Amino acid sequence: MSRFEPATVNLEFDKRVSDALQDQELRANFRGAMDFLVGKRAAMFPDKEDLEALRAQGEAIRNRCLSQLPELLEQFEQRCTENGIQVHWAETAQEANAIILEIMHKHDATRMVKGKSMASEEIGLNHFLADHGVECLETDMGEYIVQLADETPSHIIMPAIHKNKQQIARLFNQKIEGVEYSEDVDRLIGIGRDVLRQKFFEADVGLSGVNFAVAETGTLCLVENEGNGRMTTTIPPVHIALCGIEKVVESLQDIPPLLRLLTRSATGQAITTYFNMISSPRKPDEKDGPREVHVVLLDNGRSRIYADKQLQETLRCIRCGACMNHCPVYTRIGGHAYGTTYPGPIGQVVSPQIWGLHTAGAITKACSLNGACGEACPVKIPLADLIRRLRYESNNSEPTPVPGPRGQGSLRKRPEAITWKLWALLSRKPGLYKLVLFLATRLRALAPKHIGPWTRYRSAPRPAARSLHELAAQRSQSNASSQEHGRHE
Amino acid sequence: MQRAYPEKPEQVYFFGTCLIDLFYPEAGMAGIQLLEREGVKVIYPQQQSCCGQPAYNSGYDNEARKVAAAQIACLNEDLPVVVPSASCADMLRHHYPDLFAATPLHKQALNLAARTYELTEFLVHVCKVQLVDHGPAATVAIHNSCSAQRGMKTAQDAISLLRQMRNVAIVQQERASECCGFGGTFAVKAPDISNAMVQDKCDNLLATGANDLVSGDCGCLMNISGALEKRKDKIPAQHIASFIWERTQ
Repeated sequence: MSRFEPATVNLEFDKRVSDALQDQELRANFRGAMDFLVGKRAAMFPDKEDLEALRAQGEAIRNRCLSQLPELLEQFEQRCTENGIQVHWAETAQEANAIILEIMHKHDATRMVKGKSMASEEIGLNHFLADHGVECLETDMGEYIVQLADETPSHIIMPAIHKNKQQIARLFNQKIEGVEYSEDVDRLIGIGRDVLRQKFFEADVGLSGVNFAVAETGTLCLVENEGNGRMTTTIPPVHIALCGIEKVVESLQDIPPLLRLLTRSATGQAITTYFNMISSPRKPDEKDGPREVHVVLLDNGRSRIYADKQLQETLRCIRCGACMNHCPVYTRIGGHAYGTTYPGPIGQVVSPQIWGLHTAGAITKACSLNGACGEACPVKIPLADLIRRLRYESNNSEPTPVPGPRGQGSLRKRPEAITWKLWALLSRKPGLYKLVLFLATRLRALAPKHIGPWTRYRSAPRPAARSLHELAAQRSQSNASSQEHGRHE
Repeated sequence: MQRAYPEKPEQVYFFGTCLIDLFYPEAGMAGIQLLEREGVKVIYPQQQSCCGQPAYNSGYDNEARKVAAAQIACLNEDLPVVVPSASCADMLRHHYPDLFAATPLHKQALNLAARTYELTEFLVHVCKVQLVDHGPAATVAIHNSCSAQRGMKTAQDAISLLRQMRNVAIVQQERASECCGFGGTFAVKAPDISNAMVQDKCDNLLATGANDLVSGDCGCLMNISGALEKRKDKIPAQHIASFIWERTQ
């Protein structure tokens, strides 16, 4: 699993899933980690009513901000500019990459350190920069591990959650010069820190993501635990923040409830170790901080999502990852199996919309619509409904009033479409339906012992001797005749 | 917020569901008999077939809508509709209104949704049943479907019915709230993932030592008991209506 290639998502999905299911070590790593995270979150929300009230508040805040997104973005740009932050708009991944490279070129910069940013994974920034001679180092410990292994993150909050300490010990031993094999976690973190510390001082540019962009004040907020976000955004002379356009909130007051939800849902922490607020470059009387701050506002399909009222709910996401932690499918196959930057339930909703159903729509089938994700979501995104909607769009060959996601109808399979047509015919013609019931019950001895993939793992269900239709009709007849009988007595 | 429940009505519709119709009719009959024992007359419209959920969940909305419209037509009188499956009840109650949004049937869909009840919910909250257990001692594991837990929020009703049974001990499986991996067409479209889920579910159920498995949804039962049978493990599995009916006569 090296770099993320959108083109391979649909094509290789089944193989990825099957490989993941066969990897017992991987499955044990995920099961353990997800159980741990689910438990930690539950402990943070002991009172169900409090949690529901907070979720409703989070949902309302995100909806209010989204409802005025265009205005808030303009206000954000204006405040940032007033504060001395340079604002760039990127409609596509390519544009975002080009803007970032141009800033690097302007400063003759060849070394970048990065705080954790899923948006940069989304646009494939590391590889793009590497192709242009820029060395890019991930400084979040999980991202660093993943980068060292030439992999992509398998979780949006905990990128290296798929690895156990033995695997990390081996990796450090093999990839970092002079490092002996050690399974001591503190020692491993120490090794990583030693490498990263030097890189912070050498870097020309620091790149970060953004958790909340505040329109009222032009402030970039960054939630993190390791201090690498603070180092990335203060030590190098130039800071670039990459921010999805949906991350804008109206005012600072919107943040406390969202932050409470975010940290508790994500890692089961009441608060993270660091919460950075960046409102300007270094001022004349200040001793540290970057001399230039840039923010790149990334669309990359988001305004298309925004245009559809139902799909717009996708954009409420605050990237906590709770949906993955609670998803019984993600728990079993892990993040890499999806083959997309964003895995799990939110990934099943976001990815096909960013890269198109023809590219990434197939991952929506890895969902039993059990709803555990939506129940965990701190801003109440109805993830199962959205996954179902995208399945519909994947099959839908009819024109729609709103454009909808790209690749509509591209996954429609004729045999399947015909099967559903026949099923519909059967299920709305009572005579025909009852005839089929009659035949199935009378010929039940002939019922197939093998029914496609179902009987690979389960025995085949056997039709009953009489259908409920028949039994119920008999019963109502005998009830009627006994009433009749009663009346004569 | 709890739903407002009406007084016990004189008669109700019974929507049997297609799985019960063909594979578990005794569960449907037990549901009908439980209701009639409470003095509620049960109408079983012969025109009914399937709620449309399989197509809906697969993203075939047009086909689902046609089939759903046929059910709306045969459940048209203003009577409560009792469904012995949280999953199908959830379809009628929560997804019909979405499916028919902006169509001429929307009002009827909303009306049907408002009078749809899952069987255990109806027995507990509307009939307020008092069950007298005549069965032998039993150790029972309950599997609540995802629809019972999250869509209909009636999981507690199944538990409270079983708690009324004095000879029944309920045992808790590990990760009880986790999906069994059925998910309708999911079991066929993502068979390997579904299998991983149902195997874990079987392991957790076997570990309880239960001598009965009870659920309010035949989809889950078919999945779990089918997997148990394939691996030659045995826990007798029953729909909760059959289980209760057999013990309370």
